Amino acid sequence: MAVLSEEQSMLRDAAKSWVQEKSPVTAFRKMRDSGAELGYDVTAWNEMAEMGWAGVIIPEEYGGSNFGYLSLGLILEELGRTLTASPLLSSGLAAASALILGGSDAQKSEWLPRIAEGTAVGALAIDEGPHHNPEKVAAEFKGGKITGKKTFVLEGMAADVLVVSAKGADGVGLYLVKANDPGVSRHKLSLADSRGAANIEFKDAAAEPLTGGAALVEKVLDRARAGVAAEMLGSAVQAFETTLDYLKVRVQFGQVIGSFQALQHRAAKMFTDLELSRSAVEAALAAIDADSPDVPELVSLAKAKMGDTFHLVSNEMVQMHGGIGMTDAHDAGFYLKRARAAEAAFGNQAFHRDRYARIQGY
Amino acid sequence: MADFGGTDLEAFRAEARGWIEANFPAALKGKPNPMMGEERPKPSADQEAWRKAMGDKGWGVPTWPAAYGGGGLSGGEARVIQQELNRAGAYNPIGGMGVMMFGPTLLEYGTEDQKREHIPPIVKGEIQWCQGFSEPGAGSDLASLQTKAEDKGDHFEINGQKIWTSGAQYADWCFCLVRTDTAKKHEGISFVLFTMHQPGVEVRPIKLIAGSSPFCETFFTNARAEKKDLVGPLNGGWTIAKRLLQHERSGLTGAGGGLGGGGKSLEQLAKDYVGVDDKGRIADSDLRTRLVNNAINWRAFQQTAIRAMMESKGNAGPSSATSIMKNAGTQLIQERHEMTLEIMGHQGLGWEGEDFSKDELEAVRGWLFGKAFTIFGGSQEVQSNIVSKRILGLPDLTQNH
Repeated sequence: MAVLSEEQSMLRDAAKSWVQEKSPVTAFRKMRDSGAELGYDVTAWNEMAEMGWAGVIIPEEYGGSNFGYLSLGLILEELGRTLTASPLLSSGLAAASALILGGSDAQKSEWLPRIAEGTAVGALAIDEGPHHNPEKVAAEFKGGKITGKKTFVLEGMAADVLVVSAKGADGVGLYLVKANDPGVSRHKLSLADSRGAANIEFKDAAAEPLTGGAALVEKVLDRARAGVAAEMLGSAVQAFETTLDYLKVRVQFGQVIGSFQALQHRAAKMFTDLELSRSAVEAALAAIDADSPDVPELVSLAKAKMGDTFHLVSNEMVQMHGGIGMTDAHDAGFYLKRARAAEAAFGNQAFHRDRYARIQGY
Repeated sequence: MADFGGTDLEAFRAEARGWIEANFPAALKGKPNPMMGEERPKPSADQEAWRKAMGDKGWGVPTWPAAYGGGGLSGGEARVIQQELNRAGAYNPIGGMGVMMFGPTLLEYGTEDQKREHIPPIVKGEIQWCQGFSEPGAGSDLASLQTKAEDKGDHFEINGQKIWTSGAQYADWCFCLVRTDTAKKHEGISFVLFTMHQPGVEVRPIKLIAGSSPFCETFFTNARAEKKDLVGPLNGGWTIAKRLLQHERSGLTGAGGGLGGGGKSLEQLAKDYVGVDDKGRIADSDLRTRLVNNAINWRAFQQTAIRAMMESKGNAGPSSATSIMKNAGTQLIQERHEMTLEIMGHQGLGWEGEDFSKDELEAVRGWLFGKAFTIFGGSQEVQSNIVSKRILGLPDLTQNH
C-alpha cells in the first residue's frame, strides 16, 4: 500500500466500509441473477455518486474534488474486491479524463458536472474488433458526423455520452457523441463477466471533436488502463485471500490442505506476484498524477503485470477450491470470468508487453 | 515519485562532497571495490589510506551509532553519502559480512562490552568476519547442525565442520552457530564468536562450477571460543541466527552484477547479437517476449523495493513486501543470466581464451555462479516456506520434528 495522505486514507476507508457493508459479492450475484439491464445496480451507483466518487479526478470548478488518479484507484481497488459493477471506471475515470484533457470550456461545463454527480454516464468507444487496437480505426468523422462501428464498449448501454475515436482530416482523434443521437444504434452484449457492454453503430451521428488528436487517445486510454489495473488489483487480492482462507479450513488426509507444501509454495508465488503488481499499479497511478513523461511505459508495465497476476490467481482460486470452485454457487467463477474480461479491457498482456518493448526501443 | 533528498539534506551534501573530495585518492577514481573481488591481494597505499579515512570517519556504516565509531547519521544522510560516493567515482571500502550481517545483529543482541570490543574494528575495516552456519548435514534444515561446543570452564571447546563459509580464507573472526544441548533442536543452539587465527581452525577452499572458490569448508578441532564471546543466552542462539539471516537476505535481494553485458542492457545486447527486424524489434520474437517479461518483472521488483522503503518510513508500518524480495529478485537475475547466454549463442559458452570477449567470458562465469543465488542465504524453497508460514499464516510442518 502506497504511503497515503490523510484524505486518501479517509477515502479508502470510506470505500472499504461501504463496499463491505453495501456491496459484498452477494450483491453482484443478485445483480447477475436479476439480469440487470445495464450490468450494474443503479441504486448502488447512485450511492457511490452521492459520496462523490464519480468526481474524484474532476476539477472543483466542475463539481469534482480533484483528488487525483491514485485516490480514484484506491476506490476502484476496493470495488474490485467484491467485483462491484458500476460505470465509475468508464464514466468517472475514462470519459472524465477525455473531457478534462481534451474538452473545451463549453464541453467541460456541459458534461463534467453531470458526470461528477452521477446523473450522466460517459463511455469510451475505441475498438472495432475482438482485440484492442486503438491505432486501427475505420470510423470516420466528416462534416461534423461520425460513421463507423465500435465493439465491446464498456457501459455502452448506460452511456449518455460516448467518447469515440475516429479518423478526421488530421488523423485519429476523439469525439463526443450523444448516445440518444438518432444516428447511434446500440446492441447489448451478454458477456461472461455479466458487466455492461455494447456494440455500437454510428451512421452520420452528430459529433464534436475534442482537442488533442492521437496523443489524446493514448493519454485517455492510459488513464483507463491504470484504472482497470487498480480494480484488478482489488479483485486479485480478494481472490487470493478467499483462497488462502479456504486452505486454512479445508481438511483432507486429516489435516488442513494449507499444510501441504505443494499448495503453500503456490500461495507464496501468488503473494509475491501480488506485491509486485501492487507496486506497478501504484507507480502508474502516481505517475499519472505527476503527469510524468513515463506514464505510457509505467501503465503498460502495470497492466501487463497485473493481468498476468490476476490470470494466475483466478485460475488458482478455482483449482485450489477443487469441486466447489467449479460450482456456480461459489464466487470463484465470478473472479475467473472477471479476470479475463478485465485482462482484455484496453489491451491484454500481449498488447502491453509489446507496447512496453516498443517504448523501450526493442 | 520517490524523493529521497529534501532540502534539509543539502547542507550535509555539501559537507559530504567536500570531505570525499579531500580524502578520496584520485588514483582510485572509477576503480572497482577490492572488497568485491574474489582474490584479496595486498592493498595498495591508496586503498589503505581510503579505508582508514572512511573507517575513522565512520561513514562506511553511516547509520551505525557513533558510540561505537559509526557515522550516527540518518537514513537520508546515508543515502546522500552513497550518492556523493557514486558521483566522485568512489567505492565504500568498509564492507563484508561484519557490515552486512554480524554488526547489525550484535548491535541488537550483544552486551555493551561485546559491542565495544567487536563493532569498532568492523567500522574501521580492520577485521573481516565469516559466517559459520551451514554444515554438510545442515543446509536448508539449518537447525539440525551438529558442530559441538563443550563447556570447559572459562571457554568453549569447539569440534565439527562448517561448509559454504564465504571468504573464510580471508577472515579474521567467525560468528558461529554451535550445539550446546544435544537433547533439543532449536533450543540447543548457541551463537559464539572466535578468532580464525588459532591452531584448531582449518580452512579449505571449495572450487565451484564457475571455476572460482568463494566458499570454504571449515574444520574445527578443539578450537577455542572465550566465554565472554557467547552472544545472547546459552542455547538461545537460534533467535539471533534468524535475525541475522534477515540481514543476510535483505543484502542478497539486489544480487546483481556479473551479467557480462559490459554495462549494456540485455535488450541492447540482444539487438547487437541477434539483430532487429524492419521495425527495429529484436528479430527473435520468442526471445523478445521473454526479455520484455523479465524487464517488466524486474522493474516491478525495483518499484517494490522503493515502495517497501517508503512504507517502512511512512505511515504504513513495516512493509510486507520485504519478505518476497529474495525469491523475486534472485529468480529474475537468474533468468537474465540464462538469456544473456542465449543471446550470445556459441560465443556465450566460452570458458577461457582469446576467442571470446571479456564480457562473454564473464557472462559464462556469472551464469554459473548465479545458480547459487537461489540456494544460499535460505534457498528458494525455504524462502517460500517462510512466506507461507510467517506472512500467510499457513501451518509449518518443518518445525514438527
